[in-house]
Amino acid sequence: MMNDSRVAISATGLSKHFGQLVAVNNVSLSIERGSIYGFLGPNGSGKSTTIRMLCGLLTPTAGEARVLGLNVRHDAEQLKQQIGYMTQKFSLYEDLTVVENLRFISDVYALTGKKRKQRIEELLDQFDLQPRRKQRAGTLSGGQKQRLALAAAILHQPPILFLDEPTSAVDPQNRRDFWETLFELAEAGTTIMVSTHYMDEAERCHQLAILHHGSKVAEGSPRQLGLDIDMQVTEVIAEQPNQVRLALNDLPIVASVTQLGTRLRILVSKAVPDPEQQLRKCLTDAGVNAELEQVTPNLEDVFVAVTELADARALAA
Amino acid sequence: MKSWRRIMAIVRKELLQLSRDRLTFGMIVGIPLIQLVLFGYAINTDVRHLTAAVADQSGTSLSRQLLADLSASQVIDFKWQVNSAVELENLLDAGEISIGLYIPVDFDRRVIERERHAAQLLVDGTDPIILGVGRQLTAIPQSFDTTVLPERQDLLEVRNYYNPERRSAVNIVPGLVGVILTMTMVLFTAVAIVRERERGNLELLINTPVKSSELMIGKIIPYVAIGLLQVLIILSLGRIFFMVPLRGSAWDVLLVSLLFIATNLSLGLFISTSARTQFQAMQMTFFIFLPSILLSGFMFPFDGMPPVAQAIAEVLPLTHFNRLIRGVVLRGSQIGTMINEVLALIAIMVVMLSLAIRRFTKRLD
Repeated sequence: MMNDSRVAISATGLSKHFGQLVAVNNVSLSIERGSIYGFLGPNGSGKSTTIRMLCGLLTPTAGEARVLGLNVRHDAEQLKQQIGYMTQKFSLYEDLTVVENLRFISDVYALTGKKRKQRIEELLDQFDLQPRRKQRAGTLSGGQKQRLALAAAILHQPPILFLDEPTSAVDPQNRRDFWETLFELAEAGTTIMVSTHYMDEAERCHQLAILHHGSKVAEGSPRQLGLDIDMQVTEVIAEQPNQVRLALNDLPIVASVTQLGTRLRILVSKAVPDPEQQLRKCLTDAGVNAELEQVTPNLEDVFVAVTELADARALAA
Repeated sequence: MKSWRRIMAIVRKELLQLSRDRLTFGMIVGIPLIQLVLFGYAINTDVRHLTAAVADQSGTSLSRQLLADLSASQVIDFKWQVNSAVELENLLDAGEISIGLYIPVDFDRRVIERERHAAQLLVDGTDPIILGVGRQLTAIPQSFDTTVLPERQDLLEVRNYYNPERRSAVNIVPGLVGVILTMTMVLFTAVAIVRERERGNLELLINTPVKSSELMIGKIIPYVAIGLLQVLIILSLGRIFFMVPLRGSAWDVLLVSLLFIATNLSLGLFISTSARTQFQAMQMTFFIFLPSILLSGFMFPFDGMPPVAQAIAEVLPLTHFNRLIRGVVLRGSQIGTMINEVLALIAIMVVMLSLAIRRFTKRLD
C-alpha cells in the first residue's frame, strides 16, 4: 500500500486513548492524491484527534499511519515541510498584521527574497486580503480570518492540506468561496483532508468518512453512501407535523423521524416491503392528513441511519 | 542557515509583539524605575531620626549634657519628656517611640562611681535593627568633665572599606539589578510559551519546521537586549540619584549581566514548558522570586543564614549574581577572582535550558 503512489494518506487500525477515554478507535483510511476527503461527525467524534495524529501532533496509541510514505510516529519532523494545517481555532498572531503574519510563516518555511514577496502578494490577491494587508489579524472578520489562515497554510505549497473544521465561524457566502478555493487546490494536485459537521459541506467531498464515538461507521462518496445504506426514505408533508411524528414514532418499522419545517423524513429498513403503504395506513388510522413520497436518501439520512445503527449495535453488545 | 533564519523569524515576531504590548513595554522600564526609587530611598539599615522619649529624674547639668550628646548624634530625636520609667514603657507599648532614655535620680553619682550603669535605654527590640542602634548609642563617647579618666581605650577599631559614608543604597542598587532582572526576565519568558499555548498559536507553530531549540533561542534573544537595557537604566540612575560608584570595568558588568540574564531566561523557559496557564507560570515565578530576594544576600548577609538556607541560596542564580555584581561594581573586583560564581551561573543555565528544550516536545500529548 505504501508504494502505491496514488495513495497520499494511509492508516491502519489507528487508535488514540486519553486515559480511560477512547477518542479514536481502530480507524483505517486510504486517501487518494488530489482528492478532497471529508470527516463528518459531531463534536467529540474523534475528527480533530485523527487529523492531529496524521499531522504527527499526537502519537497514536495503536496502529500505523503513513502520509506521503512518511511514518507519522517517526518521521513527524520531515512531514512538517509537506503538510499545511489549518487549526480549528484561529491560530495566527492576532497582534500582528495580515502581512506580518504571512511574512513570519514564510520565514519559518525558509522562503526568501523575491520568491517570498511574490508568493505573499499572490496570496493576498487570491484571498482578497490586499485591502486588509496592514490590519491586525485580531480585528479581521470571521471570513477574513479564515482566508488568512488558509493562505498561511498553503503558503509553502504543501502537497497535503489538513483542515480542521475550517468554516465553523464563517457565513454561507464565504463558505462557498472557500470551497471553490479548495476545489482549485485539489485540481492542482493537493490532497485535502477536511473535517466538518455540516452536511452541505460534507456533500462536496470526493470521499467521506462518518465518525461516531471515535469509530468510522461509514465510508464512500456521498452519493454511494446514500445508495449503500440499508434504509429507504419516505418524505411526509403535513400541516401538523407534530401529529405525524406522534403517530409514527410508535410504529415498529420506523427507524427514525426527522422533521424539517412541515416536512418529515421517515427512515424504514430496506427489508420492509412497500413502507409507504404501511405509513399511510398508520396515519389514516390516526386521522392525520398528509402527503407521502418515496425519495432518495440524502447525506443527513445516511448520517442518522449509520449513527443510530452503531448505537443500536453498541447497546446490543 | 535555515535554522538561523527561523530563529530570526521568531526574534522579529517577538519584538513586533512586544512593541505592541504596552503593558509589558511599560514593565520593562517601569519596574526598574519604581523599584529603584522604592528600594533606594526606603531601605536604609543605617537608621537615623528614631522617635524617642526621655524621663530625666535627676535634672542635673550632667544629664542635660548626656541628652545633648545623644541628640547631636541625630540617631534619635527626643519628642517627649516624661517623668517616670512607667510612662516610657507606656509610650513603647503604644508604639509611639522606638527608644526611651531613663535617667535615674542618682545619675551623677553613678557616673562618678562607674560601678553601675548610669542610665538606661528602653529599646523596642522587635526590630533587630533598632536594637542594634540602641547598642551603638551605648558606645557614643561621653565628654563628661569628670575627674576620673577612662579606664581603657576601645580594643577594636572599624575601618569601613568601599562604603565610607555607610549608605545603604550603595549596597542595595547593584543588588537591585539582580532582583529586577530576576523578576522581569523570569516572568517574561515564563509567560512566553504558555501564552502561545493559551492563544492557540502553538498548535500552528509546532506544525511548522521550527525546531524546539530554535523556538527557545528565538524567544530568549529579544529579552537579552531588554535585560541589558534594564541594567543600564538601574546602574545609571543609581549613579545619578544615589551616587553608586562603578569601580570595576564596564565590560565585566556587561559580561556578568549577560550571563545572569541568559540564566534567568533559561529558568523562565523551563517554567514556561512546565506551566499549563499563564497564571500558573506567574505563580511559579514568584515561587522562585521570593526565596531569591530573601536568601540571595540581597536583604540579609549570606553568612548569617543557617546551612539549609545557604544550600538553597546556592542553587538560586541571584545569589551568585549578587556576589559578582557587588564585587565588580563596589569593590572593583575582576571576574577572574570570582570564577566559581561564573561557573555556577553557567551550570544553572545549561541545566535549565536543556531541561526546557527536552520538556518542550512538538507534540500535543
